[in-house]
Amino acid sequence: MSPEEPARHREGARRLAAAPVLDVDLLLEDPQTRIVVCCGSGGVGKTTTAAALGLRAAERGRKVVVLTIDPARRLAQSMGIDSLDNTPRRVKGVDDAAGGELHAMMLDMKRTFDEIVESHADRERAAAILGNPFYQSLSAGFAGTQEYMAMEKLGQLRAKDEWDLIVVDTPPSRSALDFLDAPKRLGSFLDGKLIRVLLAPAKVGGRAGMKFLNVGMSMMTGVLGKVLGGQFLKDVQTFVAAMDSMFGGFRTRADATYKLLQAPGTAFLVVAAPERDALREAAYFVQRLAAEDMPLAGLVLNRVHGSGADGLSAERALAAAENLEDPRIVDQDGGKAGVRTDPGNSPDTQGSSGTADSAPAEQAPDTSPEASAPKATERPAAETTADSTAAAGTAAPETTERSVDALTAGLLRLHAERMHLLAREQRTRDRFTARHPEVAVTEVAALPGDVHDLAGLRDIGERLATGRPELPGPGA
Amino acid sequence: MSRLQVVSGKGGTGKTTVAAALALALATEGKRALLVEVEGRQGIAQLFETEALPYEERKIAVAPGGGEVYALAIDAELALLDYLQMFYKLGSAGRALKKLGAIDFATTIAPGVRDVLLTGKACEAVRRKDKRGRFVYDYVVMDAPPTGRITRFLNVNDEVAGLAKVGPIHNQAQAVMRVLKSRETAVHLVTLLEEMPVQETVDGIAELRTARLPVGRVVVNMVRPQVLDATDLERVRETPRTALARSLSGAGLGGARRGGHAERLVDPLLAQAGEYAERYTLEQEQRAVLGEVGLPTHELPLLAEGMDLAGLYELATELRKQGIA
Repeated sequence: MSPEEPARHREGARRLAAAPVLDVDLLLEDPQTRIVVCCGSGGVGKTTTAAALGLRAAERGRKVVVLTIDPARRLAQSMGIDSLDNTPRRVKGVDDAAGGELHAMMLDMKRTFDEIVESHADRERAAAILGNPFYQSLSAGFAGTQEYMAMEKLGQLRAKDEWDLIVVDTPPSRSALDFLDAPKRLGSFLDGKLIRVLLAPAKVGGRAGMKFLNVGMSMMTGVLGKVLGGQFLKDVQTFVAAMDSMFGGFRTRADATYKLLQAPGTAFLVVAAPERDALREAAYFVQRLAAEDMPLAGLVLNRVHGSGADGLSAERALAAAENLEDPRIVDQDGGKAGVRTDPGNSPDTQGSSGTADSAPAEQAPDTSPEASAPKATERPAAETTADSTAAAGTAAPETTERSVDALTAGLLRLHAERMHLLAREQRTRDRFTARHPEVAVTEVAALPGDVHDLAGLRDIGERLATGRPELPGPGA
Repeated sequence: MSRLQVVSGKGGTGKTTVAAALALALATEGKRALLVEVEGRQGIAQLFETEALPYEERKIAVAPGGGEVYALAIDAELALLDYLQMFYKLGSAGRALKKLGAIDFATTIAPGVRDVLLTGKACEAVRRKDKRGRFVYDYVVMDAPPTGRITRFLNVNDEVAGLAKVGPIHNQAQAVMRVLKSRETAVHLVTLLEEMPVQETVDGIAELRTARLPVGRVVVNMVRPQVLDATDLERVRETPRTALARSLSGAGLGGARRGGHAERLVDPLLAQAGEYAERYTLEQEQRAVLGEVGLPTHELPLLAEGMDLAGLYELATELRKQGIA
């Protein structure tokens, strides 16, 4: 990737804020890179990005595991990780010529939580915890458990040391920041003052225990009991008592995960789409990572649109489309005038007249009544085609050109729409770059459809590494 | 028309935008709507271009015809303190609880309790009456958690019943469920015409139905304009490149011969048409999938200028036109 890359294709079309380009391959190939965390708001393609990065790293010789949270069904199936068993599986169909491997897994948060309990408590106590209703709700549904368990699983995978690169997808949180906070929050809760208080009566039991509590605390358990119901509090107390031996562990684990995220081998990639909300969230994330001393590698900007004809502005395209659609202009000039004003054109026009002659038979049925009302009025030239063709075959070349003109106008309108989209995306992106000029960016061109297989992921990986949207150009 | 309108959708589909537009649409003709946020993201404030909303109902917009939109960002901790104050006259003890982490515990950690407090506040606003016995708000619109969590969020009764079998939280949950499962409530799902959001919508509807929660409508957001239809796309494939080049040239875009300006436009324009065609097919497939769920479906256009306050009013008008409000 050359340094002049950023200014290449768009010069002239618009001013490009000079953001450094993120070199994805350099990051993935660096043996020092051990963990890549993909974060960002929901719906920006985090999971796909994580999977594509994992595949690319594996095909460039690294032994990779991808931890996904909530992959699209078909993507999970194509990677062979659609069954939840909470352990990494080797992905088939990966090019291992460079000696790499790809493993992937889908997080089962309840299973992960259960495993922690089982590995830290004896069988009897584990059974008591796993059967506790408070535990069941906490492990299955509590917002934050997923974040905590994702980080827990990351810690486990790292500790195994079986892979030289771990790529992590982050949960679709209310806010992208949740996964940074949840481990600390859950850790401090499970290890905290309140738990000690709740624990005390159950552990020591009876009045003797109460002496150790001050009035405020006993009042508090009283209020909690009132608000939540006595049974609830009892469940919590039993749960807490059973978990007692593990509490220190939670805090330690939360701290260890946090430190792991700050370590030099970790790289954060903020994933976003060129939309206002997604980039605003990305900007928050960049600030937050800096505040937490977490190493940010760069921004992955997904779904960026390009155009192979970006020299043609939306305004000119629309003006040209109107030109073609206005029947008066077409009638006046006999349809071909526009071409004939350019003297250099005549050989071309002659050369293709044969094709034009053969067309009417196919074209006529297309001017059918099923075209919606507004569209029909937009294309008066096409409307007349059927009549005139039926009336006189000699009119055919001209009317065909008129219906081609209508189509061309459609293509130009499509282009105008694309150029408007491009301009909007660029404005949004520039706003981000203005605020965070230091953040390296790689852009991934928008695909018309979803990615379902390794070939699709490979394509995304290629685009990630190229750093610029691939433009639909000649021969595409 | 249900008075509590809950708006959910996959992340990135614009459910906050749709919720806000719906509140504006419902508030037209002198009605009053309350737009409620439950996830602490301050999405409403950003949308209406105002400063962060406090835990307080405040007027944020005037709808056409003199209606009013109020907004409230519900904070679970403050809601619980409110609640304790109301029922137990806790006073400074409330602050002590907060210091100990009990409030944080009850609202963040204890499963379901947070959700009961959030939905409870919304239901309270639905039922609230003024001194003359009229409803304070004609409509309450909730910008709810995403599709993946919506059933669990609304089905607080099940969540809490297993934990708090008696006591005020239990009673609160019961009262909330009476509103949520009644005709007073409708849950709308926002989606895009893309595979994952549509799949999530279909799954979400099934879950809501299983939990006997009232499903309202499907709102397809950010629908791109149809520039070419299937017939046009077929014809694009059949039209010779030279004919297109001549046509472009005729429109004043340069020479049509090989290497001419118009001729060089043909390939990129056809490539764009190819992408459009692929997306068009996918969108039609997703429309068909949505058609099968048997709910009224509405489409909102993608705003060319991006989402802003003016766009919000545009979407509100569109919703009214389509009879959703």
